[in-house]
Amino acid sequence: MRLGTQHLLGIDELQPEEISLILDTAESFAEIGTREIKKVPTLRGKTVVNFFVEPSTRTRSSFELAEKRLSADTVNFSASASSFVKGESLLDTARNLLAMSPHFIVIRHSQAGAPHFLARHCDCSIVNAGDGQHEHPTQALLDAFTIRRHRPIKGTRVAIVGDVLHSRVARSNILLLSKLGADVVVCGPHSLIPIGVEQLGCRVEHKIENALEGANVVMALRIQLERMTSGFLPSLREYANTYGVNSERLRRADDDAIVMHPGPMNRGVEITGEVADGSRSVILEQVTNGVAVRMAVLYLLAGEAGA
Amino acid sequence: MKLLLKGGRVIDPASGTDRPLDVLIDEGKIVRLEPKIPESEGQTVDLSGLIVCPGFIDMHVHLRQPGQEWKETIATGTQASAQGGFTAVACMPNTLPVNDCRAVTESILMESEAKGAVRVYPIGCVTKGQAGDQLAEMEDMSSAGAVAFSDDGMPVRSSLMMRRALEYSRTLDVPVIDHCEDHELVDGGVMNEGEVSTRLGLKGWPSVAEDVIVQRDILLAEYTGGHVHIAHMSTARSAEFVREGKRRNVHVSCEVTPHHLLLTDLAVGDYDTNAKMNPPLRAETDRVGLLEALADGTVDAIATDHAPHHPDEKLVEFSCAPFGVVGVETAVSLCLDRLVLAGVIDLPRMVELFTTGPAKVLRLDKGKLAVGAVADITVLDLERRVVVDCEKFASRSRNSPFAGWELKGQPVLTLVGGRIVHDGRG
Repeated sequence: MRLGTQHLLGIDELQPEEISLILDTAESFAEIGTREIKKVPTLRGKTVVNFFVEPSTRTRSSFELAEKRLSADTVNFSASASSFVKGESLLDTARNLLAMSPHFIVIRHSQAGAPHFLARHCDCSIVNAGDGQHEHPTQALLDAFTIRRHRPIKGTRVAIVGDVLHSRVARSNILLLSKLGADVVVCGPHSLIPIGVEQLGCRVEHKIENALEGANVVMALRIQLERMTSGFLPSLREYANTYGVNSERLRRADDDAIVMHPGPMNRGVEITGEVADGSRSVILEQVTNGVAVRMAVLYLLAGEAGA
Repeated sequence: MKLLLKGGRVIDPASGTDRPLDVLIDEGKIVRLEPKIPESEGQTVDLSGLIVCPGFIDMHVHLRQPGQEWKETIATGTQASAQGGFTAVACMPNTLPVNDCRAVTESILMESEAKGAVRVYPIGCVTKGQAGDQLAEMEDMSSAGAVAFSDDGMPVRSSLMMRRALEYSRTLDVPVIDHCEDHELVDGGVMNEGEVSTRLGLKGWPSVAEDVIVQRDILLAEYTGGHVHIAHMSTARSAEFVREGKRRNVHVSCEVTPHHLLLTDLAVGDYDTNAKMNPPLRAETDRVGLLEALADGTVDAIATDHAPHHPDEKLVEFSCAPFGVVGVETAVSLCLDRLVLAGVIDLPRMVELFTTGPAKVLRLDKGKLAVGAVADITVLDLERRVVVDCEKFASRSRNSPFAGWELKGQPVLTLVGGRIVHDGRG
């Protein structure tokens, strides 16, 4: 079994078997993270450019660690330090990077479709580390990996609560979890649920109490402060009151339900500190698993590129 | 030297003609229009098997000159128009500087006179600098040759300014052409808001943002008695509003583009910037609504909104790409194949949408074949098969969403004032 693709652009393009392959492969890489010497020679001699055109600490560190544990040579190229400020186009910047013969470009970009654009013009493997409000495939993969360590995904009831409209994490998770047979419900005010989201593979609920009823997985999404100024919400206070994940609401979920958050969290807004730090929270497990999942992605793509 | 167009089937919606007729042209005008004019009368052009129509008019193009000559010039844009079967185009004023005064109108006309392959009718700005604050000098521009007024690319944002423009333009008997877009509702959207924008994670431009302005404009036209023309109408609801407005005898007219008639937002596909235009490609229900409006007479004209952009400008992330597609070189073939051959409308109706329709909106004494009329003529070959090849465009730009389309029917001969400006009979 192999990945049928040279790039990881989104979950939308993946078959369920390919998703399972990545998750299975990640299991063996997770073991490396528990060793005294957390390094294997798998990608020795390969070059990875972490091309981050939008600020990110956690995703970039996670990728970088994954690359280093696989013995790849890594270069970080970020927006503030790049020539973007000088008005160079994305394509020209990418061509300059390509001239240095990398095997991978891991790209984070504020515009949806930027990785797809690069994939059309580059012969190296492109890994989407989050593009605008479109997809964040490795986040969804690490979320699925985390869920799978607690219960089988097929038949699991997942409630995703918050700003679905602006969330690439939500899009990738809906696509992935529904492909693997989970029952996904998204929940938020009408102003933050995109038109036609059902066709990605989920149901829509506007009352959090209904969404959480019997859920096995509760995923809270980050609310960004600028949503208030642009009229999507009146206040954080009202949001927390109406959609915040707290202990009382969590009682409606399954007894063994786990609580997830892609980070960074606004404590007391979309999730209370009590829940985030509570026994059901797997938020830090998600971060740990992120490294193993990204190692698996790079390893499988390297095999696909025949490099 | 007289020119004799012999053996063609003449379709002239203005007179309701559809039969074999020969056309004799002398000194740029049609002097005889009858069956079987002897070849001895003039230099004969054999048009047997072809369709002879009044010159097609594209009432909505961007020629980009002055100011953005890397995208298009009056010379290249009109050559492209001639190749596409158009004998006249009306050019929008969003040049650099914008056409908001006599000096710019005259410079466009002078350049067209010197280098244009087809007739060019400038459209002036509604407001100074297209800024929406003060009316532009419509009277002065009109007397210099401007045929209509529009802030195209931008809507006339203020309802009060739109009211004033509709009132003021009445004296001149010219239409105010509005690009109907509620800026606040569009809110930076880059494609139609719907299932496809949700899947692609692109910011949506909802159809209702067009509809509210279309209905506002119709109400203001009704109230003031002015003539509002809706540019590049893209939604089924807007078509309903125009249909109702016409039923109430409001002076409202509208145009649709081939791309809104033939494509939906699915064409954005894998972030194809050549499927990015303003207004955006809509849902299938909108497309169907536009086709109905085309067939039932609600639509007055097919116009291309020819909007050339340099390939480098389109070779960027989808959200960063400029809005717009080229159109003059594909419009007629697309309509012949996908509208007429497909049975949506018949050929005389299509010819009307390119001739008498736009001529009436712009009050041009054009779009007809009659003795005494200027010999602006478009000849069609309904049997010719073409594959859209952007590399063969006369336009400076290549941003077409129709590359590779296989079409049946093509404009093969274009005459302006009796002079052949394009001959592709091969």
